[in-house]
Amino acid sequence: MKKKADVVVIGGGITGTAVLAALARYDLECVLVEREPDISMGTTKANSAVLHAGFDAPTGSMKAKMNARGNEMYHELADEFGLDIKWTGSYVCASDDEGVKTLEELKARGEANGVKGLEIIAGDKVRDKEPNLSKDIKAALWAPTAGICWPFGMAIAFAENAIANGAEVVRECEATGIRVEDGKVTAVETTQGDIETRFVVDAAGVYADAVAAMAGDKSFTINPRKGEYILFDKTAKDSLVSSVVFPVPTKTSKGILVCATTHGNVFIGPNAQDDCGREDVSVTPAGMDEIIAGAKRLVPNIPMGASITEFAGLRAVSSTGDFILGESDAADGLLLAAGIQSPGLTSAPAIAEYLTDIIVKKTGAKERTNYVKGHKAAPVFREASDEEKAALIAKDARYGRVICRCETITEGEIVEAIHGLCGATTVDGVKRRTRAGMGRCQGGFCGPRVIEILSRELGKRVPEIRKDGVKSYMYYDKSYDGGDAK
Amino acid sequence: MTEKKIYDIVIIGGGPGGLSAAKSAAENGAKSILVLERDREVGGILQQCVHNGFGLHHFKEELTGPGYAQKCYDLVKDRLEVEIMTDTMVLHIRESEGTKVVTAVNPKNGLMNVEGKTVILTMGCRERTRGAIRIPGYRPAGVYTAGAAQRMVNMEGYLPGHKIVILGSGDIGLIMARRMSLEGCKVEAVLEICPFSNGLTRNIVQCLNDYDIPLYLSHTITGIKGKDRVEGVTVSKVDDKMRPIAGTEFDIDCDTILLSVGLIPENELSRELGVAIHPRTNGPVVDQHRETSMDGVFAAGNVVHVHDLVDFVSDEAEIAGKFAAIKANGEAQPAKKDIAVNPGDGVNTCVPQHIRLADGADESVRLFMRARSPERKVTLHITDANGDVMKKPLPIVKPSEMIAVDIPAAKVKALAGDVTVSIEGGK
Repeated sequence: MKKKADVVVIGGGITGTAVLAALARYDLECVLVEREPDISMGTTKANSAVLHAGFDAPTGSMKAKMNARGNEMYHELADEFGLDIKWTGSYVCASDDEGVKTLEELKARGEANGVKGLEIIAGDKVRDKEPNLSKDIKAALWAPTAGICWPFGMAIAFAENAIANGAEVVRECEATGIRVEDGKVTAVETTQGDIETRFVVDAAGVYADAVAAMAGDKSFTINPRKGEYILFDKTAKDSLVSSVVFPVPTKTSKGILVCATTHGNVFIGPNAQDDCGREDVSVTPAGMDEIIAGAKRLVPNIPMGASITEFAGLRAVSSTGDFILGESDAADGLLLAAGIQSPGLTSAPAIAEYLTDIIVKKTGAKERTNYVKGHKAAPVFREASDEEKAALIAKDARYGRVICRCETITEGEIVEAIHGLCGATTVDGVKRRTRAGMGRCQGGFCGPRVIEILSRELGKRVPEIRKDGVKSYMYYDKSYDGGDAK
Repeated sequence: MTEKKIYDIVIIGGGPGGLSAAKSAAENGAKSILVLERDREVGGILQQCVHNGFGLHHFKEELTGPGYAQKCYDLVKDRLEVEIMTDTMVLHIRESEGTKVVTAVNPKNGLMNVEGKTVILTMGCRERTRGAIRIPGYRPAGVYTAGAAQRMVNMEGYLPGHKIVILGSGDIGLIMARRMSLEGCKVEAVLEICPFSNGLTRNIVQCLNDYDIPLYLSHTITGIKGKDRVEGVTVSKVDDKMRPIAGTEFDIDCDTILLSVGLIPENELSRELGVAIHPRTNGPVVDQHRETSMDGVFAAGNVVHVHDLVDFVSDEAEIAGKFAAIKANGEAQPAKKDIAVNPGDGVNTCVPQHIRLADGADESVRLFMRARSPERKVTLHITDANGDVMKKPLPIVKPSEMIAVDIPAAKVKALAGDVTVSIEGGK
């Protein structure tokens, strides 16, 4: 790990990695520290994966500004970074007159926020596009600029681009302190040693307040709000939706949606549960009942037999209700990216641009002359044409061995994911990069094989291989040593 | 893309079903049979079933899982008609001008299309997961399907943990309770949401009772503790609708949860091909020859309906192999009569779902059934449009144990209208 840097980014979620990629365009020494064994393990791995159009946030708020700019930027970044994004558009569905009135308000607010193409359409027209929606839906707000994405893939693309440009991503490295001398940030203390630096970007998600407090900024708190989800098998796709379908929003959230994923699955959720602590990502029977009931108001026949997994994520809700962005008043050199709840995923590149501009102005950093542009997505066997498949196997025979049956993921793709610039070190890390284990059998078949490949490629023994978290070891040695096997 | 000759039969899956089908097909006149197996070796899930108890019906001797697989393999390995390709994954099957085109991939041959006059589907089944049954709680390491853990313990040589709770009393769960005990682990409990076990009686006795492992009927897991690694479970009693009863919760400390909560026939390829799938078995609708709704497409074993004994898988696959061979040789007689076989009272599933008879057909038909609930001293009653076909007293039936009954050839010939199979005299 570098002992000295210009900028240290704390937190490897979508915000931290987007910031790192934006900084990497400039001649700056950057380090990102992440406490978990992989990036994108907090809110980034458990959210709705929606790129919002931008009509929800109050006009003039940071959320509204960043959402609009972020959405616009993703339209350009998608190609450059090989991001997995589908611009499906979204519907907000109203079933009564009051709801229809809210649609009008949302439309007006969206237009004030600069969202293009908003349109209120009749229920029948909505059902022409999404035939499984409830007959009770009277009208919907159609937002053509909304989309769905693969958040982990985006964080990895951002991180790997930054690494290609000289940045360092240090995982299993927890920030434990920020040194401030004469009102200025001088170093970040971590579990792997200190890094001298002039700038710290706090992108620590649900811990952003704790990180800011390390530098003396106690001006805000983060109050995590849990959201639970149920994911459905691809076979259920035809009985659900192919885009993003919201109900009319409530005060605390955009409501329980029914939403397609970029790989042909569909999920329902999330609910919104406050006072849940910073680590509680458990799913609850009450939560699942709530999201099933909520989803049924949009799609009456939810094929519950086709559910393949449930999960929960935490929204980093700030005490101000808005994103907290920019320079901290408490310490010169501390930059905040706090309170990044929805539409945080959409806003990430805009937040990165905003913070990078501040640092560039303060340092006078120049654009990197040898900047390596973009990110090349790894080959995806199942999406390749027959000719491409044959070519992949001819180049590397391991592309001819299917490891994950449900998603048709080959050994070649898994090996590639492990040896990427920000490669997978865990079973779930392989899953997030390749989808191996993400299908209907949830790793029942490929799990042991992925462990074997990780063990071989990383030169580690099987008992050292982890599922996801720092201590998530999966298998143990047997008590006997096999000595008498002969 | 390598284009190959047209095989008489392409068999998808080299487990006991595929191998038994290949053997029978070769014995019944098929000249070229290709078995495609996705694993490194044939034998399917039997490879990891190191316990005994296999083969009593089919081979008339008691074998281990690998022993049974070896026997199936030995019966085809020297047959010139049978070609086996391992490490090969089938991606698609489609119908093209009367032949079946199978797209498969392996590291050696790359992507290939192989053609068959007929296809036999023997892909087996997979385990239902945590997600499918929606267990609340965290998602730490230490939650495995019993079969995945079995593979790690028996084939790779590692333990999934040391203090084990098993959810579901299906056979793999029971076998794993014993296996983990033998490995020196403590199995704290086996939990079953139903008021009865879903495993074979012999497994309850030999795998739980012999090791003093408690079986909690009408109980389920309502919480998983531990963020990185399992630290314990919350268990609740359930009511007769299988809903947890508030106030009955208790905790068990454990580091591992094994799931044995059902098996699902693996029919993604079948669905894509366009084979009709039965909503209750989740497998292809088949006739007594194990031909599906598509001409020349056969299916047998756990892909059709999940069996309790591998012996029945082999029996069924031999039927499919024989009739696929006859079809490939152009000797199949057109069916003139199509009799539906419907499950009646007390019967959950019944295979085959059709009996299709050619003129002058002279064949007995074996029906496989699963009872709806455990009962004693009942009568299996088969009727058709004319009334009684046959009755058979059964001392005991359980949903976990397959019932097999043969309708003799003379009675098959005389069948009139659709057939209903019921279990009478239960509660």
